[in-house]
Amino acid sequence: MPYGPHTAGDRERMLAALGIDSVDALFADIPETLRASRLDLPGPEPELELAGRLQALAGRNRTDLASFLGAGVYRHWTPPNVDQLLLRGEWYTAYTPYQPEISQGTLQSIYEYESLLAELVDLDVVSASHYDGAAATAEAGLMTCRATRRERVLVSRAVHPHYRQTLKAYFGAGLELDDIPLVADGDGAGTTDLAALERLLADGDRPVAGVIAGQPNFFGLLEPMAEIGRLAHAAGALFVSVVEPVSLAVLAPPGAYGADIAAGEGQPLGIAPQYGGPYLGILASTDALVRQIPGRLVGMTTDVKGRRAYVMTLRAREQDIRRDKAASNICTNQALLALAASIYLATIGPHGLRDVAAQGAARAARLETALAAAGAPRVHRAPYLNEFAVRVPDARAVHRRLIDRGVLAGLVLGDILPDEPSLADALLVCATEVTTDDEIGRFAAALAAEIADTPLEAVR
Amino acid sequence: MTVVGEQLQPTLFERSRPGRGGDKIPHPPKDALDRIPAGARRVTPPALPELNEPEVVRHYVNLSQLNYAIDTGFYPLGSCTMKFNPKLNEWAARLPGFASLHPLAPDEVAQGTLQLLFELEEWLAEISGMRAVTLQPAAGAQGELTGILMIRAYHRGRGDTDRDEVLVPDSSHGTNPATASMAGFRTITIPSAADGGVDLDKFQAALGPRTAAVMITNPSTLGLFEKRIGDLLDLVHEAGALAYMDGANLNAILGRFKPGEAGFDVMHFNVHKTFSTPHGGGGPGAGPVGVGETLLPFLPSPRVLRADDGTYRLERLDERPTSIGRLRSFVGNTGVLVRAYAYLRAHGGSGLKQVSDDAVLAANYLRKRVGEAYDIPFDRACKHEFVASAAGIKKRTGVRTLDIAKRLIDHGYHPPTIYFPLTVEEGMLIEPTETESVETLDAFADALIAIARECETDPELVRSAPHDAPVGRLDEATAARQPNLRWRPMAGAEMPCPD
Amino acid sequence: MVPTELRYTKDHEWVRVDGDEATVGITEYAAGQLGDIVFVELPPAGRGLAQFAAFGVVESVKAVSDLFAPLTGEVTAANDALAGSPELVNSDPYGEGWMVRLKLTAPDEVDELLDATAYDALIAAG
Repeated sequence: MPYGPHTAGDRERMLAALGIDSVDALFADIPETLRASRLDLPGPEPELELAGRLQALAGRNRTDLASFLGAGVYRHWTPPNVDQLLLRGEWYTAYTPYQPEISQGTLQSIYEYESLLAELVDLDVVSASHYDGAAATAEAGLMTCRATRRERVLVSRAVHPHYRQTLKAYFGAGLELDDIPLVADGDGAGTTDLAALERLLADGDRPVAGVIAGQPNFFGLLEPMAEIGRLAHAAGALFVSVVEPVSLAVLAPPGAYGADIAAGEGQPLGIAPQYGGPYLGILASTDALVRQIPGRLVGMTTDVKGRRAYVMTLRAREQDIRRDKAASNICTNQALLALAASIYLATIGPHGLRDVAAQGAARAARLETALAAAGAPRVHRAPYLNEFAVRVPDARAVHRRLIDRGVLAGLVLGDILPDEPSLADALLVCATEVTTDDEIGRFAAALAAEIADTPLEAVR
Repeated sequence: MTVVGEQLQPTLFERSRPGRGGDKIPHPPKDALDRIPAGARRVTPPALPELNEPEVVRHYVNLSQLNYAIDTGFYPLGSCTMKFNPKLNEWAARLPGFASLHPLAPDEVAQGTLQLLFELEEWLAEISGMRAVTLQPAAGAQGELTGILMIRAYHRGRGDTDRDEVLVPDSSHGTNPATASMAGFRTITIPSAADGGVDLDKFQAALGPRTAAVMITNPSTLGLFEKRIGDLLDLVHEAGALAYMDGANLNAILGRFKPGEAGFDVMHFNVHKTFSTPHGGGGPGAGPVGVGETLLPFLPSPRVLRADDGTYRLERLDERPTSIGRLRSFVGNTGVLVRAYAYLRAHGGSGLKQVSDDAVLAANYLRKRVGEAYDIPFDRACKHEFVASAAGIKKRTGVRTLDIAKRLIDHGYHPPTIYFPLTVEEGMLIEPTETESVETLDAFADALIAIARECETDPELVRSAPHDAPVGRLDEATAARQPNLRWRPMAGAEMPCPD
Repeated sequence: MVPTELRYTKDHEWVRVDGDEATVGITEYAAGQLGDIVFVELPPAGRGLAQFAAFGVVESVKAVSDLFAPLTGEVTAANDALAGSPELVNSDPYGEGWMVRLKLTAPDEVDELLDATAYDALIAAG
């Protein structure tokens, strides 16, 4: 037993105190016919061997590629103090702060997280975290239905496909989810079609509870958020903005353009990619919606001696109290990741965060130039921050061969959006402050060789 | 006895000074943002605090010392399974091969993680007796939603659209009815029998053509094995409904009971309970879901598949149209799952059975000790947890379970779960887990017994506890009536700033 | 003994009837069970209430409870003071802590409610 303390003597002592000979007596109430078959599993593995096994598995993943892959998860430099602080047992082995007197560390850090994100999104109420950007967006959609007592939500086709699929799964229970089409050609191609949105909102028989759009959108493009918000509000609907937190250092935040709710993925704030999670669902709203927001909330108060202190509050919204009438069933959240994001923001600071965003923009512009010169121009014309789509003939095959040349050339859009024929031969690429000129050069050279079908020595 | 450090801290915002903070990355070119249209640009920069790194470190180290944690002491929290969080698992999850892998990386560059996930699914399937497992849900509650949505898809697929009810016992965790509501079902709550188990007659009366599912925790939230579970599962299936098991209490039955073999159609695991992944102050967790043959077609997408040549891949979009789709982005909380995998491998089949044996033995030992001074409503062999009651103490002295819980803090312990399940008056749900020594169990029991005596001799001391924590009881009423959820410089000036 | 001039529901609401007008609140016992009240969700004027149907929610720090209408009628007023001072329900449940005023459409329904003696017996039985 790797971590259990009990010796044979300990077990005997406990059995004797209970007046039984064997622990089997404590399982006698399991009906004979329901007792388990043997656990057909390998035996225990001593730590040294297990470490070798884990290292071998990790070693079978390739980490040597120059990566231009974003699509909702971004490589950034995380200052090492973030992880070193996170490794303190008082942080990561602590329980949910239901006993506030001995959880002031966790509680204050959550309050600070709420305050930091409130600054970023410019909205007053920030939940203590949701699972990820997709679940947060889905819950935001449900919030609009509860708050307006309407049953229909519109989501732009330029919102992340995983988020839209998640919305669909959460909305299966009698609520309507409709897509807002995108502008097909011209300067606005790839952004939300405002005229189409207006038509969708005009259906008097099916009033809309919420309109969801992202900034930047999934294709990296900047959307006319204020106009989308105006159209939504004019029809009595709420406006949900899907955000990327680093970009909020330099782009107008949801609170500034009239969003009622902000949802998004906090992974870029000091959280490693880890093949899918754990990440950080950001969910924020105006004060008017505070009783509708799911998840935990921490507030500042005083203790019996008048000292400043923090406590989970507005708990009656949550499942353990409200049960079948709760706003959401969420219990366990992503608290440790909210802490990571807070430490990251505290360490990098407002100027640092702006620099991260601006560096990404600068490097992305250099990437765009290099790829265009290599024969892969942008698919769209609308402005972008640090992510965009490029046209590449036979994109899937080229992407595959670029791996052999040491490059992870973004995302094959046809794989994640098979129903968009206009994106059949396109790659979604991004750059951040960690993208080097050398990597850009290698990508462009390898791509040019592939497009021209010129043999080139594999670059590793 | 002081449990934790005492240094209350100002907020980051109060520590901030303009101009503080080091350069972590090179400055960008001045024209980097010129091509962003003015209408999309941020006008007022976010008022984030400016601190230098040493201040940040000190802030978070000092704050951490205000926390109780498994690494500082015992948590007898029923229903939470607060076992040791192995350090090997932290090392494993941080291996660059695992940590730096992008979730949309092509299958060929992710073979190590895909293999780990595939093997983890096999282990969980074997443990639960289920046919297949999805690792996608981010937490137990999301696992519940996954399970109930699959059940809904199953009934709809059969053309049965009348089933709009989910039955739960009155002792169920709050997530169960909340989940049912999220999935569009009405919850019917069934009162428990006098012995704490499900009341078969009442369940039978409520089961019918409108029942989609029954959600059962086994062992129950009272820590008791449902002896009538076989009969209940028969009744459920006869009524055309499906049976969901809330796997929160799996730590009691590893190697002793396999829900899938017994007849459950679906269950979720809480890896942050049974499989030691850290609670992190509230999360992250992961809530894998196991299914039998009936619900297999409906599992979320993408599944992790193994080809004949031994390579692994993710299911392609639309490869399995019966899937309920996805409940979150990407494949799952993989970093958490790596930790669970390491835990399972460290124990092996025999080790896992020993885990449950020790957890159940410890719980019964503690039940006997605590019974020296408290009522034990169901005083028979329990599983990994048991419920004690201070109802008698309250009658005699007016001191409540809440007060006793707060007084435990002064004795150096995190309180147990209190007032859950809702069916026990002045209840305390106590779960020692298998990683606490007998000395710890005895010391905890001694503390509880001492407090019971204090209730008789000095009730006011208990009612005004805690006395030795960094802060005393909090004004939760004001916190809810006038919520202060965001730092504002002027408002903060009204609350005394700790030095 | 609870106020004798009021009538009560099994769910611990009280009602003061004055011809075809009524005032509704929750009893001291209910407020005590809930603890410090932090929020009360009430229907707007004009909303129709059916006897024994849920019409609002009362929240304390650790609990939440539906409010059930003692009598059928139309809401003429909701107590706005509770928005800023929900603690009035604790301090003055039968006075300043009133919740809604109704115009009754079936005043005879009052016969189905408990009188003070019956309600006292109910709460004594626990």
